[in-house]
Amino acid sequence: MDLLLNQILAGISTGAIYACMALAVVMIYQAIDHLNFAQGEMAMFSTFISWQLMQWGLPYWVAFAITLVLSFIGGIVIERLLFKPLAKAPILTNVAGFIALFAILNSSAGLIWDFTIKEYPTPFGSSPFLGSQLISTHQAGMIGVTVLLLIALYVFFRYTRIGLAMRAAASVPESARLVGINTSWMIALGWGMAAAIGSIAGMLIAPVVFLEPNMMVSILLYGFAAAVLGGLTSPFGAVIGGFLVGIIENLAGTYIPGVGNELKLPIALALIITVLVIKPAGLFGRPVVKRV
Amino acid sequence: MTALLNIKALNAYYGQVQALHGLEFSLNEGSVTTLLGANGAGKTTTLRAICNMVRTTGAIEFAGAPLSSRPTENIVRLGIAHVPQGRGTFTTMTVEENLELGAITRSKAGIAADIERMYAYFPVLKQRHTQQAGTLSGGEQQMLAVARALMLRPRLMLLDEPSFGLAPLIVRDLFRILGKINREDKVTILVVEQNAQLALEIADHAYVIETGRIVMSGKAAEIADNEDIRKSYLGY
Ligand SMILES: Nc1ncnc2c1ncn2[C@@H]1O[C@H](COP(=O)(O)OP(=O)(O)O)[C@@H](O)[C@H]1O
Ligand SMILES: [Mg+2]
Repeated sequence: MDLLLNQILAGISTGAIYACMALAVVMIYQAIDHLNFAQGEMAMFSTFISWQLMQWGLPYWVAFAITLVLSFIGGIVIERLLFKPLAKAPILTNVAGFIALFAILNSSAGLIWDFTIKEYPTPFGSSPFLGSQLISTHQAGMIGVTVLLLIALYVFFRYTRIGLAMRAAASVPESARLVGINTSWMIALGWGMAAAIGSIAGMLIAPVVFLEPNMMVSILLYGFAAAVLGGLTSPFGAVIGGFLVGIIENLAGTYIPGVGNELKLPIALALIITVLVIKPAGLFGRPVVKRV
Repeated sequence: MTALLNIKALNAYYGQVQALHGLEFSLNEGSVTTLLGANGAGKTTTLRAICNMVRTTGAIEFAGAPLSSRPTENIVRLGIAHVPQGRGTFTTMTVEENLELGAITRSKAGIAADIERMYAYFPVLKQRHTQQAGTLSGGEQQMLAVARALMLRPRLMLLDEPSFGLAPLIVRDLFRILGKINREDKVTILVVEQNAQLALEIADHAYVIETGRIVMSGKAAEIADNEDIRKSYLGY
């Protein structure tokens, strides 16, 4: 029983990270109808920046906050320089853009900080949470920060005018322009927010997976699985999907004989494909109807 | 009276296809003007041209300032509200959010009061204010689209076939309210219609468009009274 509870809680804590990545992916998908393959690399690069800031002597939370701001700006810059010019380009051109971004971020991180695995600090410590062996303080911290983030995002999109404008621009761009919304800047803002959300995911998971240029590759795959499971058109679904994938991953690794650590990733991929076959719009997504 | 909107030698293109050919017309401030024409004549294209949503050449002046080089959202900010063909409802958002979006370029002051004003014009919207706009009937969505446009406090309102797909009684109601808005809120209106009879009732001035050209213009009342013109251009 304790093992089960333990695995579920651990699943929720990594699921929180998948939820963040899925949310970042969905935000950009809603804005420009493309999957950002480089979302994980953006998060990784942000995490390296925060590590560098701490190396220079800044305290954790200061580095965290600065990284958040820099990531936000970085996301906007990437959109303006790379993807705004590609807005009307064919899908494959965009895919090439994402792959280029992936490669650029991955190899620059390797060049600047090299490929050796680095330890990354946690501000929460790693003792048992509230004296319980079920979950560590860092895992609890991951869940806590994610929940705060989700609440903040909910309030932003639900109750602020700029959040309303962003939703409008994503759902009916033409009508959004007809009420005076600069949809192009809303897309840039979406990129900035997605980059910032990803940076939080990166900084939270780095103490677990350690810091290195490829740290986010498999995490982004889980994030994609979560987004597909919840529905690419539903931020809420993406979050639920993230937690579900985290839990499923952990339970499968523990209880299905032979799965273990090596086969966890194929499970994520199998999940993506299964959902795409059975319910292409995901658990919470709306089916996309395209007029031909 | 001065012209609020002045259009000269307007051509519009979809790719290689030219949809408007040297259109010329103007709207007097405070007037209701209707642009009539059959399906495919170029009515929607004309409205899209005013908001720079289609490639054009020629001159469009609003209150003396040229519009053509501005992006759509900036044209809207000048006070031109466009109720597009198909209504452009934000279907996944609530009725009230749709109204708030209409005023998204304004400062916060006065918005709540304006929403109440819209509910007074269109009581059905008040009943449904927390409902997803996509669940509204066609007529209700058209009212929402008009109300959303009014939330801009526009100087000029462009309406693209507001009667399309609505029951006659609802259309009548809608046009009555449009007349009221024109008189009370001093909004200049350009309404595009296939339903000529009704549009001529509320309009001061009318233009008839055929294959991208203005073929006929005059006082709405005179056109409505002239059977020859009605028969040859408007088909009733
Ligand atoms: N998106 C488009 N692409 C190509 N041609 C178009 C497009 N929209 C309209 N047209 C053409 O432009 C002409 C005018 O259309 P439109 O302005 O929609 O007419 P109306 O609104 O009067 O029915 C028509 O011949 C139509 O086929
Ligand atoms: Mg039309």
